[in-house]
Amino acid sequence: MGLARRIIPCLDCDNGRVVKGVRFVDIRDAGDPVEVSKRYCDEGADEVTFLDITASHEGRATTVETVRDIAAQVFIPLTVGGGIRTLDDIRMMLNAGADKVAINTAAVFDPPFVRAASERFGSQCIVVAVDAKRASAGAAPKWEIFTHGGRKPAGIDAVEWCRRMVDYGAGEILLTSMDRDGTKEGFDNQLNRAVSSAVRVPVIASGGVGTLEHLAEGVVEGGVDAVLAASIFHFREFTIEQAKRHMAARGIEVRL
Amino acid sequence: MNTVAVIDYGMGNLHSVAKAVEHVGRELHLDVRVAVTANAETIADADRVIFPGVGAIRDCMAEINRLNVGRMVAEAMKTRPVLAICVGMQALMERSEENGGVDCLGLAPGRVRYFGDELRDERGSRLKVPHMGWNEVRQTREHPLWEGVPDGSRFYFVHSYYVETGSDDLVAGKTTYGKEMVSAFADRNIFATQFHPEKSQTAGLRLLGNFLQWNCAA
Repeated sequence: MGLARRIIPCLDCDNGRVVKGVRFVDIRDAGDPVEVSKRYCDEGADEVTFLDITASHEGRATTVETVRDIAAQVFIPLTVGGGIRTLDDIRMMLNAGADKVAINTAAVFDPPFVRAASERFGSQCIVVAVDAKRASAGAAPKWEIFTHGGRKPAGIDAVEWCRRMVDYGAGEILLTSMDRDGTKEGFDNQLNRAVSSAVRVPVIASGGVGTLEHLAEGVVEGGVDAVLAASIFHFREFTIEQAKRHMAARGIEVRL
Repeated sequence: MNTVAVIDYGMGNLHSVAKAVEHVGRELHLDVRVAVTANAETIADADRVIFPGVGAIRDCMAEINRLNVGRMVAEAMKTRPVLAICVGMQALMERSEENGGVDCLGLAPGRVRYFGDELRDERGSRLKVPHMGWNEVRQTREHPLWEGVPDGSRFYFVHSYYVETGSDDLVAGKTTYGKEMVSAFADRNIFATQFHPEKSQTAGLRLLGNFLQWNCAA
Protein backbone atom coordinates (compact mmCIF):
# COMPACT_ATOMS: atom_id res chain seq x y z
CA MET A 1 0.00 0.00 0.00
CA GLY A 2 1.17 3.50 -0.66
CA LEU A 3 0.06 6.83 -1.99
CA ALA A 4 -3.66 6.99 -2.82
CA ARG A 5 -4.97 8.34 -6.11
CA ARG A 6 -6.92 11.48 -5.38
CA ILE A 7 -10.48 12.43 -6.23
CA ILE A 8 -10.88 16.17 -6.46
CA PRO A 9 -14.26 17.83 -6.84
CA CYS A 10 -14.00 21.13 -8.65
CA LEU A 11 -16.11 24.18 -7.92
CA ASP A 12 -16.35 26.51 -10.89
CA CYS A 13 -17.57 29.72 -9.35
CA ASP A 14 -19.13 32.84 -10.77
CA ASN A 15 -20.13 35.72 -8.49
CA GLY A 16 -19.94 33.55 -5.39
CA ARG A 17 -22.06 30.69 -6.76
CA VAL A 18 -20.98 27.29 -7.95
CA VAL A 19 -21.72 26.87 -11.63
CA LYS A 20 -20.75 24.40 -14.27
CA GLY A 21 -20.15 25.26 -17.87
CA VAL A 22 -20.71 22.81 -20.68
CA ARG A 23 -17.86 23.23 -23.11
CA PHE A 24 -16.97 26.36 -21.17
CA VAL A 25 -20.30 28.09 -21.92
CA ASP A 26 -23.93 27.35 -20.79
CA ILE A 27 -23.91 27.83 -17.06
CA ARG A 28 -26.04 25.96 -14.49
CA ASP A 29 -26.24 27.01 -10.83
CA ALA A 30 -25.03 24.36 -8.38
CA GLY A 31 -25.07 26.04 -5.01
CA ASP A 32 -23.14 27.86 -2.33
CA PRO A 33 -19.42 27.09 -2.54
CA VAL A 34 -18.90 26.87 1.22
CA GLU A 35 -21.78 24.43 1.71
CA VAL A 36 -20.77 22.40 -1.32
CA SER A 37 -17.13 22.23 -0.16
CA LYS A 38 -18.16 21.04 3.29
CA ARG A 39 -20.33 18.33 1.82
CA TYR A 40 -17.47 17.10 -0.36
CA CYS A 41 -15.09 17.11 2.57
CA ASP A 42 -17.54 15.07 4.65
CA GLU A 43 -17.96 12.60 1.78
CA GLY A 44 -14.21 12.02 1.71
CA ALA A 45 -12.92 14.32 -1.02
CA ASP A 46 -9.12 14.33 -1.06
CA GLU A 47 -8.87 17.99 -2.04
CA VAL A 48 -11.13 20.74 -3.28
CA THR A 49 -10.40 22.95 -6.26
CA PHE A 50 -12.05 26.35 -6.52
CA LEU A 51 -11.91 28.01 -9.93
CA ASP A 52 -13.23 31.51 -10.49
CA ILE A 53 -14.21 30.95 -14.10
CA THR A 54 -14.95 34.55 -14.88
CA ALA A 55 -11.85 36.08 -13.32
CA SER A 56 -9.55 35.67 -16.26
CA HIS A 57 -11.60 37.34 -18.95
CA GLU A 58 -13.33 39.96 -16.90
CA GLY A 59 -10.31 40.93 -14.88
CA ARG A 60 -12.04 40.15 -11.64
CA ALA A 61 -10.08 38.88 -8.69
CA THR A 62 -11.24 35.55 -7.34
CA THR A 63 -13.49 35.99 -4.36
CA VAL A 64 -11.10 36.09 -1.45
CA GLU A 65 -13.93 36.01 1.05
CA THR A 66 -15.29 32.77 -0.32
CA VAL A 67 -11.86 31.20 -0.15
CA ARG A 68 -11.50 32.35 3.44
CA ASP A 69 -14.89 30.88 4.38
CA ILE A 70 -14.10 27.56 2.74
CA ALA A 71 -10.66 27.37 4.35
CA ALA A 72 -12.11 27.98 7.82
CA GLN A 73 -14.32 24.92 7.53
CA VAL A 74 -12.63 22.48 5.22
CA PHE A 75 -9.49 20.75 6.52
CA ILE A 76 -8.27 19.22 3.32
CA PRO A 77 -6.12 20.92 0.68
CA LEU A 78 -7.71 23.76 -1.22
CA THR A 79 -6.54 24.92 -4.65
CA VAL A 80 -7.68 28.27 -5.97
CA GLY A 81 -7.50 29.35 -9.60
CA GLY A 82 -8.86 31.98 -11.94
CA GLY A 83 -7.22 35.32 -12.55
CA ILE A 84 -3.97 34.56 -10.72
CA ARG A 85 -1.52 36.94 -12.41
CA THR A 86 0.91 38.33 -9.86
CA LEU A 87 2.90 37.25 -6.83
CA ASP A 88 0.57 39.45 -4.78
CA ASP A 89 -2.45 37.53 -6.13
CA ILE A 90 -0.81 34.33 -4.94
CA ARG A 91 0.10 35.73 -1.55
CA MET A 92 -3.46 37.00 -1.11
CA MET A 93 -4.93 33.56 -1.88
CA LEU A 94 -2.48 31.73 0.38
CA ASN A 95 -3.20 34.17 3.18
CA ALA A 96 -6.92 33.63 2.65
CA GLY A 97 -6.34 29.94 3.26
CA ALA A 98 -5.59 28.40 -0.13
CA ASP A 99 -2.90 25.72 -0.11
CA LYS A 100 -2.18 25.92 -3.83
CA VAL A 101 -2.94 28.27 -6.65
CA ALA A 102 -3.67 27.30 -10.24
CA ILE A 103 -2.09 29.52 -12.88
CA ASN A 104 -3.33 29.35 -16.45
CA THR A 105 -3.46 32.40 -18.74
CA ALA A 106 -0.71 34.29 -16.91
CA ALA A 107 1.66 31.35 -17.38
CA VAL A 108 1.20 31.53 -21.15
CA PHE A 109 1.73 35.25 -21.40
CA ASP A 110 4.57 35.36 -18.92
CA PRO A 111 6.16 31.93 -18.38
CA PRO A 112 8.88 33.31 -16.03
CA PHE A 113 6.03 34.22 -13.68
CA VAL A 114 5.69 30.50 -12.92
CA ARG A 115 9.37 30.35 -12.06
CA ALA A 116 9.16 33.43 -9.83
CA ALA A 117 6.09 32.03 -8.11
CA SER A 118 7.61 28.63 -7.41
CA GLU A 119 10.84 30.19 -6.16
CA ARG A 120 8.94 32.48 -3.84
CA PHE A 121 6.25 30.15 -2.52
CA GLY A 122 7.60 26.70 -3.33
CA SER A 123 6.64 24.34 -6.15
CA GLN A 124 4.25 22.54 -3.84
CA CYS A 125 1.72 25.34 -4.10
CA ILE A 126 2.06 26.14 -7.80
CA VAL A 127 -0.33 24.26 -10.06
CA VAL A 128 -0.22 25.08 -13.74
CA ALA A 129 -3.65 24.64 -15.30
CA VAL A 130 -3.56 23.68 -18.94
CA ASP A 131 -6.57 23.75 -21.26
CA ALA A 132 -5.75 21.50 -24.19
CA LYS A 133 -7.60 20.81 -27.41
CA ARG A 134 -6.83 18.26 -30.09
CA ALA A 135 -5.05 19.76 -33.06
CA SER A 136 -4.56 16.50 -34.92
CA ALA A 137 -5.92 12.97 -34.59
CA GLY A 138 -4.48 9.60 -35.55
CA ALA A 139 -1.81 7.41 -34.03
CA ALA A 140 0.29 10.33 -32.81
CA PRO A 141 -2.22 13.03 -31.89
CA LYS A 142 -1.23 16.56 -30.94
CA TRP A 143 -2.91 18.99 -28.63
CA GLU A 144 -2.80 22.77 -28.53
CA ILE A 145 -3.24 24.91 -25.45
CA PHE A 146 -5.88 27.61 -25.04
CA THR A 147 -6.15 30.56 -22.68
CA HIS A 148 -8.87 32.86 -21.33
CA GLY A 149 -11.15 30.13 -20.08
CA GLY A 150 -10.63 28.13 -23.23
CA ARG A 151 -11.48 30.86 -25.71
CA LYS A 152 -8.12 31.78 -27.25
CA PRO A 153 -5.72 29.36 -28.96
CA ALA A 154 -2.12 29.94 -27.91
CA GLY A 155 -0.45 28.02 -30.72
CA ILE A 156 1.63 25.96 -28.29
CA ASP A 157 1.92 22.16 -28.12
CA ALA A 158 0.35 20.95 -24.89
CA VAL A 159 2.85 18.21 -24.01
CA GLU A 160 5.84 20.45 -24.65
CA TRP A 161 4.17 23.19 -22.64
CA CYS A 162 3.63 20.94 -19.64
CA ARG A 163 7.29 19.86 -19.71
CA ARG A 164 8.37 23.47 -19.82
CA MET A 165 6.09 24.46 -16.96
CA VAL A 166 7.56 21.71 -14.80
CA ASP A 167 11.05 22.97 -15.66
CA TYR A 168 9.85 26.37 -14.50
CA GLY A 169 8.77 24.96 -11.15
CA ALA A 170 5.17 23.83 -11.50
CA GLY A 171 4.51 21.31 -8.73
CA GLU A 172 1.47 19.84 -10.40
CA ILE A 173 -0.36 19.99 -13.73
CA LEU A 174 -4.14 20.40 -13.89
CA LEU A 175 -4.90 19.14 -17.38
CA THR A 176 -8.29 19.87 -18.93
CA SER A 177 -9.41 18.44 -22.23
CA MET A 178 -11.51 21.11 -23.86
CA ASP A 179 -12.82 18.58 -26.34
CA ARG A 180 -14.32 16.60 -23.48
CA ASP A 181 -15.15 19.23 -20.88
CA GLY A 182 -18.87 19.17 -20.14
CA THR A 183 -19.59 16.31 -22.53
CA LYS A 184 -19.75 13.43 -20.01
CA GLU A 185 -17.98 11.25 -22.59
CA GLY A 186 -14.99 10.52 -20.37
CA PHE A 187 -11.46 11.90 -20.18
CA ASP A 188 -9.17 12.24 -23.17
CA ASN A 189 -6.89 9.52 -21.86
CA GLN A 190 -4.47 9.74 -24.77
CA LEU A 191 -3.84 13.30 -23.69
CA ASN A 192 -3.58 12.28 -20.04
CA ARG A 193 -1.12 9.50 -20.83
CA ALA A 194 0.98 11.75 -23.07
CA VAL A 195 1.35 14.44 -20.41
CA SER A 196 1.61 12.17 -17.38
CA SER A 197 4.47 10.19 -18.91
CA ALA A 198 6.22 13.38 -20.04
CA VAL A 199 6.48 15.08 -16.63
CA ARG A 200 7.76 14.02 -13.23
CA VAL A 201 5.14 15.91 -11.20
CA PRO A 202 1.58 14.75 -10.47
CA VAL A 203 -1.05 15.26 -13.15
CA ILE A 204 -4.72 15.90 -12.41
CA ALA A 205 -7.07 14.89 -15.24
CA SER A 206 -10.08 17.06 -15.90
CA GLY A 207 -12.88 17.34 -18.42
CA GLY A 208 -15.51 14.88 -19.51
CA VAL A 209 -16.39 12.76 -16.49
CA GLY A 210 -19.94 11.42 -16.75
CA THR A 211 -19.68 8.08 -14.97
CA LEU A 212 -17.69 6.56 -12.13
CA GLU A 213 -15.93 4.29 -14.60
CA HIS A 214 -14.58 7.40 -16.33
CA LEU A 215 -12.76 8.28 -13.11
CA ALA A 216 -11.18 4.82 -12.97
CA GLU A 217 -10.20 5.05 -16.63
CA GLY A 218 -8.30 8.24 -15.96
CA VAL A 219 -5.99 6.35 -13.63
CA VAL A 220 -5.82 3.02 -15.47
CA GLU A 221 -5.70 4.29 -19.05
CA GLY A 222 -4.56 7.86 -18.55
CA GLY A 223 -1.99 7.11 -15.86
CA VAL A 224 -2.88 10.24 -13.90
CA ASP A 225 -2.34 10.80 -10.19
CA ALA A 226 -5.63 12.51 -9.49
CA VAL A 227 -9.00 12.89 -11.16
CA LEU A 228 -11.11 16.00 -11.08
CA ALA A 229 -14.81 16.27 -11.75
CA ALA A 230 -17.53 18.81 -11.21
CA SER A 231 -21.03 18.16 -12.44
CA ILE A 232 -21.36 14.49 -11.45
CA PHE A 233 -20.81 15.56 -7.85
CA HIS A 234 -22.59 18.94 -7.87
CA PHE A 235 -25.87 17.58 -9.06
CA ARG A 236 -25.61 14.60 -6.69
CA GLU A 237 -25.55 12.02 -9.41
CA PHE A 238 -22.83 10.36 -7.34
CA THR A 239 -21.16 10.97 -4.00
CA ILE A 240 -17.41 11.11 -3.57
CA GLU A 241 -17.64 7.96 -1.50
CA GLN A 242 -19.37 6.09 -4.30
CA ALA A 243 -16.63 7.24 -6.63
CA LYS A 244 -13.94 5.96 -4.27
CA ARG A 245 -15.64 2.61 -3.77
CA HIS A 246 -15.88 2.21 -7.51
CA MET A 247 -12.20 2.98 -7.99
CA ALA A 248 -11.24 0.63 -5.16
CA ALA A 249 -13.27 -2.13 -6.82
CA ARG A 250 -11.16 -1.51 -9.94
CA GLY A 251 -8.03 -2.16 -7.89
CA ILE A 252 -7.06 1.50 -7.56
CA GLU A 253 -5.65 2.59 -4.22
CA VAL A 254 -7.83 5.28 -2.67
CA ARG A 255 -8.37 6.81 0.76
CA LEU A 256 -11.58 5.33 2.14
CA MET B 1 -6.66 29.38 28.73
CA ASN B 2 -4.45 27.48 26.37
CA THR B 3 -2.29 29.72 24.20
CA VAL B 4 -0.75 28.44 21.01
CA ALA B 5 1.87 30.38 19.08
CA VAL B 6 2.21 29.54 15.41
CA ILE B 7 5.62 30.85 14.44
CA ASP B 8 5.32 33.12 11.41
CA TYR B 9 8.55 33.68 9.58
CA GLY B 10 6.85 34.92 6.45
CA MET B 11 6.82 31.71 4.47
CA GLY B 12 3.58 30.30 3.18
CA ASN B 13 0.22 29.53 4.51
CA LEU B 14 -0.11 29.66 8.28
CA HIS B 15 -3.79 30.44 8.10
CA SER B 16 -4.56 26.73 7.60
CA VAL B 17 -2.69 25.67 10.72
CA ALA B 18 -4.21 28.42 12.86
CA LYS B 19 -7.75 27.77 11.61
CA ALA B 20 -7.44 24.04 12.16
CA VAL B 21 -6.16 24.50 15.73
CA GLU B 22 -8.94 26.97 16.52
CA HIS B 23 -11.50 24.57 15.08
CA VAL B 24 -10.18 21.66 17.14
CA GLY B 25 -10.11 23.81 20.28
CA ARG B 26 -13.79 24.66 19.81
CA GLU B 27 -14.71 21.03 19.17
CA LEU B 28 -12.95 19.98 22.38
CA HIS B 29 -14.40 22.89 24.37
CA LEU B 30 -10.92 24.11 25.20
CA ASP B 31 -10.31 27.81 25.63
CA VAL B 32 -7.64 28.06 22.94
CA ARG B 33 -6.06 31.29 21.73
CA VAL B 34 -3.93 31.05 18.62
CA ALA B 35 -1.40 33.73 17.74
CA VAL B 36 0.34 33.70 14.37
CA THR B 37 3.47 35.60 15.24
CA ALA B 38 7.21 36.12 15.01
CA ASN B 39 7.27 38.03 18.27
CA ALA B 40 9.79 36.42 20.64
CA GLU B 41 7.87 37.42 23.77
CA THR B 42 4.55 36.08 22.53
CA ILE B 43 6.23 32.82 21.60
CA ALA B 44 8.04 32.65 24.94
CA ASP B 45 4.73 33.17 26.77
CA ALA B 46 2.72 30.64 24.77
CA ASP B 47 1.71 27.33 26.34
CA ARG B 48 2.37 25.51 23.09
CA VAL B 49 4.33 26.30 19.98
CA ILE B 50 3.77 25.23 16.40
CA PHE B 51 6.70 25.50 13.98
CA PRO B 52 5.24 25.20 10.47
CA GLY B 53 6.84 25.64 7.11
CA VAL B 54 6.29 25.33 3.41
CA GLY B 55 8.42 26.26 0.46
CA ALA B 56 12.07 26.12 -0.33
CA ILE B 57 14.42 25.46 2.58
CA ARG B 58 16.98 28.10 1.60
CA ASP B 59 14.41 30.88 1.82
CA CYS B 60 12.88 29.41 4.96
CA MET B 61 16.24 29.13 6.72
CA ALA B 62 17.18 32.65 5.68
CA GLU B 63 14.09 34.01 7.41
CA ILE B 64 14.40 31.62 10.35
CA ASN B 65 17.94 32.85 10.93
CA ARG B 66 17.12 36.50 10.36
CA LEU B 67 14.30 36.39 12.90
CA ASN B 68 16.19 34.17 15.33
CA VAL B 69 13.45 31.56 15.19
CA GLY B 70 15.91 28.78 15.99
CA ARG B 71 16.50 30.18 19.45
CA MET B 72 12.76 30.56 20.06
CA VAL B 73 12.16 26.93 19.12
CA ALA B 74 15.13 25.72 21.15
CA GLU B 75 13.85 27.59 24.21
CA ALA B 76 10.28 26.39 23.75
CA MET B 77 11.22 22.73 23.44
CA LYS B 78 12.92 22.79 26.83
CA THR B 79 9.67 23.33 28.69
CA ARG B 80 6.61 23.22 26.42
CA PRO B 81 5.03 21.08 23.71
CA VAL B 82 6.28 21.93 20.24
CA LEU B 83 4.76 20.64 17.02
CA ALA B 84 6.87 21.00 13.87
CA ILE B 85 5.20 20.49 10.51
CA CYS B 86 6.67 19.71 7.07
CA VAL B 87 9.51 22.15 6.36
CA GLY B 88 9.36 22.99 10.08
CA MET B 89 10.35 19.39 10.77
CA GLN B 90 13.07 19.52 8.12
CA ALA B 91 14.43 22.78 9.52
CA LEU B 92 15.05 21.07 12.87
CA MET B 93 17.58 18.75 11.24
CA GLU B 94 21.27 19.33 10.74
CA ARG B 95 21.38 19.89 7.02
CA SER B 96 19.27 19.69 3.85
CA GLU B 97 20.28 18.73 0.33
CA GLU B 98 17.79 21.20 -1.11
CA ASN B 99 18.96 24.34 -2.95
CA GLY B 100 22.47 22.96 -3.31
CA GLY B 101 22.85 22.27 0.42
CA VAL B 102 21.59 24.35 3.32
CA ASP B 103 22.54 24.25 6.99
CA CYS B 104 19.50 23.79 9.20
CA LEU B 105 18.98 24.32 12.93
CA GLY B 106 20.57 21.11 14.19
CA LEU B 107 18.02 20.72 16.96
CA ALA B 108 17.43 17.08 15.98
CA PRO B 109 19.80 14.49 14.53
CA GLY B 110 19.16 13.91 10.86
CA ARG B 111 19.54 15.10 7.32
CA VAL B 112 17.08 16.07 4.62
CA ARG B 113 17.43 14.18 1.35
CA TYR B 114 15.93 14.48 -2.15
CA PHE B 115 13.60 11.72 -3.33
CA GLY B 116 15.42 11.61 -6.66
CA ASP B 117 14.12 11.89 -10.20
CA GLU B 118 14.03 8.14 -10.77
CA LEU B 119 11.92 7.11 -7.82
CA ARG B 120 10.09 3.80 -8.35
CA ASP B 121 7.69 1.65 -6.35
CA GLU B 122 8.24 -2.04 -5.54
CA ARG B 123 6.69 -3.02 -8.91
CA GLY B 124 9.02 -0.72 -10.81
CA SER B 125 6.43 1.93 -11.68
CA ARG B 126 7.75 5.46 -11.74
CA LEU B 127 6.68 7.63 -8.81
CA LYS B 128 6.01 11.31 -9.15
CA VAL B 129 7.95 13.91 -7.18
CA PRO B 130 6.74 15.82 -5.18
CA HIS B 131 5.17 13.11 -3.05
CA MET B 132 1.74 14.70 -3.05
CA GLY B 133 -1.42 13.28 -1.57
CA TRP B 134 -2.66 10.90 1.09
CA ASN B 135 -0.32 8.19 2.28
CA GLU B 136 -0.30 5.78 5.18
CA VAL B 137 1.61 6.46 8.37
CA ARG B 138 2.71 3.42 10.35
CA GLN B 139 3.07 4.31 14.00
CA THR B 140 6.40 2.89 15.08
CA ARG B 141 5.85 3.61 18.74
CA GLU B 142 3.25 4.83 21.15
CA HIS B 143 2.93 8.52 21.73
CA PRO B 144 0.24 10.77 23.24
CA LEU B 145 -0.20 12.44 19.85
CA TRP B 146 -1.19 9.11 18.27
CA GLU B 147 -3.96 8.61 20.85
CA GLY B 148 -7.14 7.66 19.00
CA VAL B 149 -5.46 7.83 15.58
CA PRO B 150 -5.74 4.38 13.97
CA ASP B 151 -2.37 2.91 12.99
CA GLY B 152 -1.92 3.18 9.24
CA SER B 153 -4.17 6.24 8.91
CA ARG B 154 -3.65 8.29 5.79
CA PHE B 155 -2.34 11.82 6.12
CA TYR B 156 -1.78 14.51 3.49
CA PHE B 157 1.79 14.95 2.29
CA VAL B 158 3.37 17.38 -0.11
CA HIS B 159 7.15 17.38 -0.28
CA SER B 160 10.11 16.53 -2.50
CA TYR B 161 12.63 16.12 0.31
CA TYR B 162 12.43 13.76 3.25
CA VAL B 163 14.10 13.35 6.61
CA GLU B 164 16.69 10.67 7.13
CA THR B 165 17.12 10.42 10.85
CA GLY B 166 20.34 10.05 12.73
CA SER B 167 18.55 8.25 15.55
CA ASP B 168 15.98 5.49 15.00
CA ASP B 169 14.85 5.88 18.61
CA LEU B 170 13.25 9.19 17.72
CA VAL B 171 11.13 7.85 14.88
CA ALA B 172 7.40 7.90 15.68
CA GLY B 173 5.98 7.12 12.25
CA LYS B 174 7.12 5.76 8.91
CA THR B 175 5.72 5.99 5.42
CA THR B 176 6.70 4.26 2.19
CA TYR B 177 7.09 6.18 -1.04
CA GLY B 178 9.70 4.50 -3.18
CA LYS B 179 11.68 4.21 0.01
CA GLU B 180 10.83 4.01 3.67
CA MET B 181 11.02 7.45 5.22
CA VAL B 182 10.41 9.14 8.53
CA SER B 183 6.96 10.71 8.49
CA ALA B 184 6.90 11.58 12.20
CA PHE B 185 9.47 11.82 14.95
CA ALA B 186 9.26 12.61 18.62
CA ASP B 187 11.98 13.81 20.96
CA ARG B 188 10.98 14.78 24.49
CA ASN B 189 8.74 17.86 24.11
CA ILE B 190 8.85 17.96 20.36
CA PHE B 191 6.66 16.10 17.92
CA ALA B 192 7.32 16.60 14.23
CA THR B 193 5.43 15.50 11.14
CA GLN B 194 6.37 15.49 7.48
CA PHE B 195 2.66 15.42 6.66
CA HIS B 196 0.20 18.24 7.22
CA PRO B 197 -2.18 17.41 10.09
CA GLU B 198 -4.06 20.63 9.42
CA LYS B 199 -4.94 19.30 5.95
CA SER B 200 -5.55 15.71 6.94
CA GLN B 201 -9.21 15.91 7.92
CA THR B 202 -10.27 13.53 10.71
CA ALA B 203 -6.92 11.93 11.51
CA GLY B 204 -5.11 15.25 11.34
CA LEU B 205 -7.59 17.10 13.50
CA ARG B 206 -7.38 14.30 16.05
CA LEU B 207 -3.59 14.68 16.17
CA LEU B 208 -3.92 18.45 16.62
CA GLY B 209 -6.46 17.87 19.42
CA ASN B 210 -3.99 15.53 21.10
CA PHE B 211 -1.32 18.19 20.79
CA LEU B 212 -3.57 20.72 22.53
CA GLN B 213 -3.95 18.30 25.44
CA TRP B 214 -0.41 16.94 25.54
CA ASN B 215 1.33 17.63 28.81
CA CYS B 216 4.78 16.54 27.69
CA ALA B 217 4.77 13.43 29.86
CA ALA B 218 6.30 11.52 26.95
